[in-house]
Amino acid sequence: MTHDPLIPAKAGTQAEPAAKRKGRLGSRLRGNERGKNNLAVLAPYLWLALFFALPFALVAKLSFSHSALAIPPYAPRLDLSHGLTGLADFLRGLDLATYRRLASDRLYLLAYLSSLGFAGLSTAILLVIGYPMAYGIARCRPRLRQALVLAVILPFWTSFLIRIYAWIAVLKPAGLLNQALHLIGLPSVTLLDTNAGVVLGLVYAYLPFMVLPLYAVLERQDESLIEAAQDLGLTPRRAFWRVTVPLSAPGVAAGVLLSFIPMVGEFVVPDLMGGSRTLMLGRTIWTEFFADRDWPAASAVAMVLLATLVVPLVLVQRRRAALLP
Amino acid sequence: MRRGPSPFLVAMVAAGLVFLYAPIALLILYSFNASQLVTVWGGTSLRWYAALAHDEQMLDAVSVSLRVGLISASLATGLGLLAAVALVRGGRFRGRTAFSGMVYAPLVMPEVILGLALLLLFVSLKLPRGFWTVTAGHATVTLCYATVVIQARLAGFDRSLEEAAQDLGLSPARAFLAVTLPNIAPAVAAAWMLAFTLSLDDLVIASFTSGPGATTLPMRLYSQVRLGVNPEINAVSTLLIGVVAAGVVAAFLIQQGKTKT
Repeated sequence: MTHDPLIPAKAGTQAEPAAKRKGRLGSRLRGNERGKNNLAVLAPYLWLALFFALPFALVAKLSFSHSALAIPPYAPRLDLSHGLTGLADFLRGLDLATYRRLASDRLYLLAYLSSLGFAGLSTAILLVIGYPMAYGIARCRPRLRQALVLAVILPFWTSFLIRIYAWIAVLKPAGLLNQALHLIGLPSVTLLDTNAGVVLGLVYAYLPFMVLPLYAVLERQDESLIEAAQDLGLTPRRAFWRVTVPLSAPGVAAGVLLSFIPMVGEFVVPDLMGGSRTLMLGRTIWTEFFADRDWPAASAVAMVLLATLVVPLVLVQRRRAALLP
Repeated sequence: MRRGPSPFLVAMVAAGLVFLYAPIALLILYSFNASQLVTVWGGTSLRWYAALAHDEQMLDAVSVSLRVGLISASLATGLGLLAAVALVRGGRFRGRTAFSGMVYAPLVMPEVILGLALLLLFVSLKLPRGFWTVTAGHATVTLCYATVVIQARLAGFDRSLEEAAQDLGLSPARAFLAVTLPNIAPAVAAAWMLAFTLSLDDLVIASFTSGPGATTLPMRLYSQVRLGVNPEINAVSTLLIGVVAAGVVAAFLIQQGKTKT
């Protein structure tokens, strides 16, 4: 273990032997400890390599394979019993056929575009609803603020599936919403099994993801900046747009990324609230996999989805500090 | 001096909370409905809770989910604690970027992709899918949440306390266990609870990685929901919401209490 540059081995020049020994001992302890901290990483590192990195390599591999009537339902399969020829045969069997198949089918392109469309529209709506909510909460008294934050977090912890299910009873053709509309003499609306229903479900499910990062930024904002802006003659409205909003940009970015990325691949909402013609990639992967048993196609769609999300995912990595409220 | 929220902001917060809670409130209300019809009120009754007690499949699913949750949350918290220590104190070790990438990516990665990837792993390892594959899957996904929660607390912990314990003769490992761990315990508890709830809640990962005989509660609920709304689902959901809400509020109060002192 090399010497830790942060810790001087020897403080001062009046080094009598005992203190010198102690200093060296101290730095050796630190060194050992750093070694231990590095050992701490080993277990989670190996775990993630096995259960996270390796599986993605397999998805990539499978996307270059073909579907076959076999168990598991794809070919070629790596057969190492023939040594290197097995590996060579395997590599020769891989190609871009599955991707070509996806590219030639309009349905996949539509699913891709509509996934981005659904996620984009829902993110915009989330921002419009979430920003005033976060700003309002940030302006409250501290005790009330805590209670309100908890109120926003609580649904995030409550089962996603159950929250979507709850909407079904509300939105059903003879459901509670239409009963209420009927009572006050308004015409009934159809939202369940429509694209509007999917947007509603996405906005509902991801609202906490938008509000919390926005709140984290707005709550920290220095009130005196607004006062200064107003002293300099800005109206409250202009001060808000010229000071508050630009300063909250990291929170906006975090909220947008945290909701947009998972929404693109969302499965439960389009499946339960969308109609049979609602196309989204998460659902496409699910159907290819479970209904059609076309594993290479499911993998290829997953790879395309990943490639699309790589840039936002890297942005999330970079801005992690701002993401965590 | 902080100005209070304007009437517009108050209205937005109120409307947002109504939007978040109204469907859940209705779901809970209708779990006590005597009528078979889920949207017609037929008086108060506990009959759906009684029916639940005799639904073997549902009870079985609850038991699978609880066991998966307990084991995967404990695994995730243990690994998350180690990962947090490495990220906060490990300095610049080799492969740090790749490691933190793997820790944080599952936070936002679409679940369908993770589920598919894990399933392909289990297939190529020729592992029979079932209880343990779901547990491993959940531990992997919730590991990152646990790490984030513990890391935040560990970064704020004053390290000189641990160093003092070492100066007084404790080994580094014992100093960590005796001084640091009790101090970050609320975060560790919160991390465990978060991991447990997420596991209890997950449909997508479980559907991909599960096999015969290991149907979790969300999988069971999903197959029933697809057939339509039914009051028994309302009853199960209400129980689940009650348990989770109680746990979250408790975890929140523990953390609040600790930060104030």
